[in-house]
Amino acid sequence: MAGTISRRRFLARAGTLAVAFSFAPALAHIPSTVASAAGAAPDLAVDSWLVIEPDGSVTIYSGKVELGTGVETALSQIVAEELFVDLNQVRFVQGDTSLTPGDKGYTAGSQTIQSEGPKLRVAAATAFQALLALASQQIGVAKPALRAQGGKIGIGHNLNRARAYGQLIGQEQIQLTSDPNVTLKDPADYTVVGTPVPRLDLPDKFLARFTYMQDVRVEGMLHARVVRPAGRNASFVSLDASACASVPGFLQVVQQGNFVGVVASDEWAAIQAAKVLTVTWQQGPALAAEADLPQALQDPANIYQSGPTVPPVGDVDAALAGAAATREATYFTPFQMHASVGPSCGVADVRNAPDPATGIQATVWSGTQGVYPLQGAIAQLLSLPASAVHVIYAEAAGCYGHNGADDAAADAALLSQAMGQPVRVQWMRQDEHGWEPLGPAMVHTLRGGIDANGGVVAWDHEVWTPVHSTRPGGAAGNLLAGQETVVLPPALGSPVGSGTRNQPVNYAFPNNRVTEHAVANFLMARNGSGKLAATAPLTYTFPRTSALRSLGGFSNSFANESFMDELAAAAGVDPYEFRMRYLSDPRAVAVMQAMAGQAGLSGSKPEAWPGMKSGRGIAYLQYENSLAYVAAAAEVQVNPGTGAVQVTRVVVAHDCGQVINPDGLKNQIEGNVIQATSRTLKEQVAYDANGVTSVVWAPNPTYAAPQYTILHFTEVPAAIEVVLIDQPAAAAWGAGEPATEVIPAAIGNAIFDATGARLRTAPFTPDRVLAALPS
Amino acid sequence: MATPLTRKLSINGTTHWVSVDDDTEPLLYVLRNQLGLNGPKFGCGLAQCGACTVLVDGTITRSCVKKMNTLNDGASVTTLDGLGRPGQPHPLQQAFIAQQAGQCAYCGNAMIMGALGYLQGRIAAGNHDVPSEDEIKQFLSGESPGSPLVYLCRCGSHLRIVRAIQQAAKEML
Repeated sequence: MAGTISRRRFLARAGTLAVAFSFAPALAHIPSTVASAAGAAPDLAVDSWLVIEPDGSVTIYSGKVELGTGVETALSQIVAEELFVDLNQVRFVQGDTSLTPGDKGYTAGSQTIQSEGPKLRVAAATAFQALLALASQQIGVAKPALRAQGGKIGIGHNLNRARAYGQLIGQEQIQLTSDPNVTLKDPADYTVVGTPVPRLDLPDKFLARFTYMQDVRVEGMLHARVVRPAGRNASFVSLDASACASVPGFLQVVQQGNFVGVVASDEWAAIQAAKVLTVTWQQGPALAAEADLPQALQDPANIYQSGPTVPPVGDVDAALAGAAATREATYFTPFQMHASVGPSCGVADVRNAPDPATGIQATVWSGTQGVYPLQGAIAQLLSLPASAVHVIYAEAAGCYGHNGADDAAADAALLSQAMGQPVRVQWMRQDEHGWEPLGPAMVHTLRGGIDANGGVVAWDHEVWTPVHSTRPGGAAGNLLAGQETVVLPPALGSPVGSGTRNQPVNYAFPNNRVTEHAVANFLMARNGSGKLAATAPLTYTFPRTSALRSLGGFSNSFANESFMDELAAAAGVDPYEFRMRYLSDPRAVAVMQAMAGQAGLSGSKPEAWPGMKSGRGIAYLQYENSLAYVAAAAEVQVNPGTGAVQVTRVVVAHDCGQVINPDGLKNQIEGNVIQATSRTLKEQVAYDANGVTSVVWAPNPTYAAPQYTILHFTEVPAAIEVVLIDQPAAAAWGAGEPATEVIPAAIGNAIFDATGARLRTAPFTPDRVLAALPS
Repeated sequence: MATPLTRKLSINGTTHWVSVDDDTEPLLYVLRNQLGLNGPKFGCGLAQCGACTVLVDGTITRSCVKKMNTLNDGASVTTLDGLGRPGQPHPLQQAFIAQQAGQCAYCGNAMIMGALGYLQGRIAAGNHDVPSEDEIKQFLSGESPGSPLVYLCRCGSHLRIVRAIQQAAKEML
């Protein structure tokens, strides 16, 4: 393991108290031990560490990373609370394969608070109990008489004879494993958790003191740009670098297979050299035409596996046949982008030989969501053992899933290996828009049956979707640079399920069937082990896709919650009333009622602006069918002459269990609402036979319309009202994605309420709204 | 062929003589790579997003397309790095912190520097009225008269950004 040496180093420091903790259940069975001598190191198969330093400050070595969503602050609050220290005494060291060993996972899927939070709480409490025992021993008073505050333990309210944590530890070196049975602080006594603590990272960001990935500089660093193939399936023929020689600072062109990079001593030189380099490409087979969507996704030739998402309930076909009325509708969402405002950047320092002391040969800085899966992928790309690759996380611009961060790191690694010097690769805007893994286009067919009383007797949802995760996962073939140097993506495991987030509904219907059809992004065949694997040369049919915020949840919930409205309309029942008939979980009911109250659903709908039509729509879901409860109401003004839609107000009621930081949580929910409104109204990747053509933010003389545009300030809902339902005694669930999923249907249902137009294809552009308006 | 150039610039109040091998190199790369200023960010290289915004002689400038040979000798450049004083952030920076007006905050430079130019422009024009939320949104959307530049945020902190600019305006105007 790459981390072993450094891990032992920081464990062996005198004057510290270290608690090892893990997501792996095995460690839970190891009893907590206090060892004052070296040699009693706990099992090293751990995810994360919490260390109390000689000065009494606390360092969290976390496998999870801050992606700009505020988890650093929230996790620090949890530790400060259990350890009775000030928040500014907590430091967060994240995502470093030498310092945060063992975590094979990603920071994704709104998982950090719910998975790491409780573990961290137990680890901090374990440390605190050890400190309390030391205090009792050293002060000579029984534990119940002691009190802690501000990193000190003393007697009674005034902390008499108080000793700071550093004093308690003295010169000892204490190593513990987290004790799952440790006494935890009563949530009723919380003073830090549950309060709106300002984000720890924001001041430095606004004062230009924060080092983003894009600001990482290392000694002797060269600059590079990658010249990507002329088409998704194009192959390299030849290059002519003669014009590069006239660019001051140009150093070298690096070409391996279909990977072409230009290296220079300075950034502008790299940009200029990439511009004047002439590369000849042979175009490969065309991608399925964008104009043929959504049908191309449903073409049996492109589907490699179909199956039930969850076990079916009842007999859907019989119920549909016997229904008083049936409805069928097809919904579609296009390929969309993460569209980070900061294009991806990677820095790598690959040496000719490993460092004799550490064994590290390649050091890579990346805004990756998973340092370990990237470490393995880069190791394979560079033909090095994983232990020779050190990946260091640096926070980049917000990613919202698997964007170009890992690919840019791989580009830098390959170029640094070729040059024998550190190299920085900054993707241009056209690289990010053009080559980031996209959120998949999805098509849904829904069928529903209602009885004579307007009750739902049958529900049938089929989805067709390309893959939602091609994260590095230790495989060079998942990285652009890997694919370009002719490494095939790994064979598929069990693919069905990647696009099914929130495809099932939480409504109790008597007959219910949910099916997924997995669409192949590239040509595949069964390999020797019977697994589906890409055929050589890698030939894409659809654009490359991976995880975009909420995965299939955005599209699935758009289809489900719009179709619920269609059935409510068919049954002649109010959409709120209609949903409430099928919800019995008290927390679901509470979140719906909170939304209805704040939105004023019982009152009249919003007043129309002059010449406009107004409406209100709602949506509900439980994230991943088992976590956060979310209900939303959207209000819109629709211009019946132009089809333009303005979302004026969004109300979100949100129950994600225990709230750690209410203001941080509201900030996240507001962000979900705005980003999802943008995806619903504006966002659609344009592509042709050879690849993405919407490569900048707005059309200009070089790039014709349509380009990939996101919401402008004047288009943002003027009012976003968030109602938080705190459950202090319940588990804390993630909030990075749930509110994204309710937005498209809430807006679509509001447009229907305003105009009678049913929008089944996103984004809801003025043209589509006009076309859907009843004549 | 590239033409070298040396310019005397006042950057955040300090005089620098900066030299480039190619006089068409945009100011952004000089600020970031020669002077180590991390305030201005690369976002698009096309003046479409605002990440690289600086003030040149008080004028809002997209430094990613501002070629060195279009800068006057002695031009004054203000970046986010130069706002406020140690321990005393600029009112815009204070307001952004107070309103928690960001998530990843990569666009923070765009919003603060754009707002600075906007508010200073109003003061210079003798307009000391605090702008309404709608006026601020129009400015950031490139819909204000004579101000076509767009400012993009992807995390969705828009409403907090507008409130922060208005809060700072109350102090600055």
